[in-house]
Amino acid sequence: MKQLFLGNEALAQAAIDSGISGVYAYPGTPSTEITEYIQKSELAKQLNIHSKWSVNEKTAMEAALGMSYAGKRVMAVMKHVGLNVAADVFMNMSISGINGGFVVVVADDPSMHSSQNEQDSRYYGRFALIPILEPSTQQETYDITRYAFNLSEKVGLPVLIRMVTRLSHSRAGITTSKREEQKEIQLPKDPHQFQLIPFYARKRYQHLIDIQSDNRKRSENSPFNKYIDGPNTSMGIIASGIAFNYLMEDFEDGGCPYPILKISQYPMPKKKIKKLFKNCKKILILEDGYPFIEELVGDFLGEAKKRKVIGRLTGHLNRVGELNPDNISKALGFAPKNVEEIPEVVSSRPPELCVGCPHRDLFDAINVLGKEMNSQQVFGDIGCYALGVLPPFQSINTLIDMGASITMAKGAADAGIHPAIAIIGDSTFTHSGMTGLLDAVIEKTPITVIISDNSAVAMTGTQDSAASGRLVSICKGIGVEKEHLKLITPLHKNMEKNIDTIRQELKYKGVSVVIAQRPCIQIPKAMKARIREIEKETV
Amino acid sequence: MKSNIILSGVGGQGILTIAAIIDTATLASNLNIKQSEVHGMSQRGGAVQSHVRISDKEIYSDLIPKGKADVIISVEPMELLRYLPFLKKKGFLITDSNPFLNITNYPELKDLYAEIQSHPNTILIDAKKIAKDLGNAKATNIVLLGAASSLLPLSKESLKKAIKNLFERKGEKIVTKNLEAFEKGKEIASSLAV
Repeated sequence: MKQLFLGNEALAQAAIDSGISGVYAYPGTPSTEITEYIQKSELAKQLNIHSKWSVNEKTAMEAALGMSYAGKRVMAVMKHVGLNVAADVFMNMSISGINGGFVVVVADDPSMHSSQNEQDSRYYGRFALIPILEPSTQQETYDITRYAFNLSEKVGLPVLIRMVTRLSHSRAGITTSKREEQKEIQLPKDPHQFQLIPFYARKRYQHLIDIQSDNRKRSENSPFNKYIDGPNTSMGIIASGIAFNYLMEDFEDGGCPYPILKISQYPMPKKKIKKLFKNCKKILILEDGYPFIEELVGDFLGEAKKRKVIGRLTGHLNRVGELNPDNISKALGFAPKNVEEIPEVVSSRPPELCVGCPHRDLFDAINVLGKEMNSQQVFGDIGCYALGVLPPFQSINTLIDMGASITMAKGAADAGIHPAIAIIGDSTFTHSGMTGLLDAVIEKTPITVIISDNSAVAMTGTQDSAASGRLVSICKGIGVEKEHLKLITPLHKNMEKNIDTIRQELKYKGVSVVIAQRPCIQIPKAMKARIREIEKETV
Repeated sequence: MKSNIILSGVGGQGILTIAAIIDTATLASNLNIKQSEVHGMSQRGGAVQSHVRISDKEIYSDLIPKGKADVIISVEPMELLRYLPFLKKKGFLITDSNPFLNITNYPELKDLYAEIQSHPNTILIDAKKIAKDLGNAKATNIVLLGAASSLLPLSKESLKKAIKNLFERKGEKIVTKNLEAFEKGKEIASSLAV
C-alpha cells in the first residue's frame, strides 16, 4: 500500500533513503515538517542521522557544508526568507563546490500565508549558477529528492530544491524506493577546493562557468522536464512545478489540447523551449511565484522572439499571489464559472494570540506605557508576537525581518527617538538579535530590548529554542550592565510590577534588557518536562 | 468517480483529525487522495480549511477549483459559509451550529442560520451537544464526519477502521467514544433524510 505523506514528509523520507548523514535547519513555515519528520523518524534515529535544530539558517548551511566536506550526504532546509540569512555561504559554496552530495531545500510561500514576502528562490539558484529542481507532486518530490543527491555529486555542486506552500502542506499516497547506505568519510580530492582565497577562488569560479553547459545539457535531458505534444498549436504552455497540476486540473475531462512543456529542472531547457516556440503561435507561461521563466525566456529565443508570450507580466495572470486552478482557467480563456459569493453575513477571522498567551500580558503593559509616553516607538520582530501589530493590541510599529527589532530601535534611537523599544522572541534573539545588541552596547545607545521568552519557537509549532536557559548569560556576555538586565513574569497579576520595571528601564540612557519569561501555553507535556529541567537563570 | 470535500473551522477545532481519518480510509480503499492543509501562523485562532480530494483516477490539483466541492463539512457555522464559492450546484453543507466567538463583529446567529438554511442540502446540527451527551465533547468533529459519511465515496467500515487506527494510542475508551459519535452523527443525518 502507498504511504500517506505531506510533500514535506515525502522529501524528508527521500533524504533518509538517499543516505544522508545529517539535516541542518531552522524552523520556518512552510519548511518545518521536513526536519521534524527526520527528528521523529525511528529509522533516522537508528542510523544516527543528525537532525537537531541549528541557531539560524546560516549556521545550518555552514554545518551542512562541513558534513559535505567530510564526504557525507547532507541536507540544509529553510523557508525562502531563511535563504537570505544563509546567502553568504550559499553564494560561496557554489564557487567551492561540494564533496558529499548536498541538497538545499527552500520552501517558498507564494501568497504569503505565513511570511513577509513571496520572494522566489529560483532567482537565488540562478544567481549561484547551480541546478534547481521544482517538483509538481508528492511522488515527484520523493523521486526528485533521490535524483538531487546523485545530481549534486555528479556535478560537484549543491542542488536547490524549491518547494511551495501548497505542495509542502498537501498529502498524497506515495511509493518509496530502495534505501542507500550512508557514505564513509572521504576528504576532497583537491586540497585547494575549499580554500577560497582569490587565487583559488578565481579557478573555482572559472570551473563553475565551464560546467554550465553541462548543467544545461542535464536539464535538456532531465526526466523531469517533459515535452507533452498536443494537437492545438494556437497556443503552447510552459508550466513549472505545482502550476502543472492546476493546468491539468482545468482539462480533467479530456486532457490538454495544447502542447505543454513541463519544467521541473533548471537551468532552463533551451532546446525544448525553442521547440515549443517553433511549434506554437502563442505561449502561456504558468509558474508559481515570480515571473522567472517569463522574464528570461525572451533572452534565448532568437528568431522565435516575435512569438507572443503571455503570463504574469502581461496581466493574463495575477502578478501577486499564488496560482490556482481558477486563475489559470481564466488565463486559458475559459468562461468564468457561475459560483456563489461569500455571503455578507461572514466576517473575517484573522489569526490571534491564544487565550492565556504570555505575549498578551506583555502587550498590555507596553500599551499602558505607550499612553504615558507619546513618543514611544516599538520595533517588533518575527514570531507569534508579530500579531501584536493587529487589534486589539496594536502595540508594534514595525516588523521587517529576523532580528531587525533591536537594530532598528538602535537606528531610531540614534535619530533621536526615545523611548525606543525592541520586542524580540527568545529564539529570534539567538537567531539574529545578539549581534545587533552588541552594536547597541558598544555605543551605549539608549534602547530597551524586551526579550519575550516563551521557551520555544512557538509560531512554527513549539520547537526547542536555542535561547532556553542562556539568555541572562548571553546578555551579560555581550556587555549589558547587570543593573539594567531585568527578569519579569508576564502574568496579569504582575501587571503593575512589570510596568514599573519597564518604565524604570525606559528612563535609562543606555542599553537595558528586560527578559519577560513565561512558557508558551501550546508547549506539549514532554517538552514542558524538558524545559523544567533547564536551570533557571538569575541576574 | 471523484469526490471533493472542503473541511472548515477555526484553528484547533479538529479539522485535520477529520482529514486524517478520511485520508487513511481512502488509502485503505485503494483510491487516490490529495489533501491540503494550513500550518503556521494562520492556525492561531484564525479561519482554517482543508481541501480533500478522492478519486479512482489521477488527481492533479491539490486545491479544489471553485464550484467543484461536493460537500463542505464545517465545525463552525460562519466558517461554513466562507467556502460557499467552492460548492457545486446542489452540493451539500454540513455544519455544527455552535459559533466560535473570538471576534467582535460575529454576525447575529439568526441571520447566520437563515443564510445556511436558505441552501437546499443542509445539515445544521448541534454536534457539540450530541458529542457532550455521549460523554466526549471533543468528538464534535467526529459527529460531523458521521453525519457526512453517506456522502463520501468510502464505506462505513473503512471510516470506522480509520477512527480506530487514529485514536488507538489514546486508549480503548476514547476509541469507543469516537465510534459512538460517528454512529450518532450518521444516524441523525439519515433521520433528517437530506
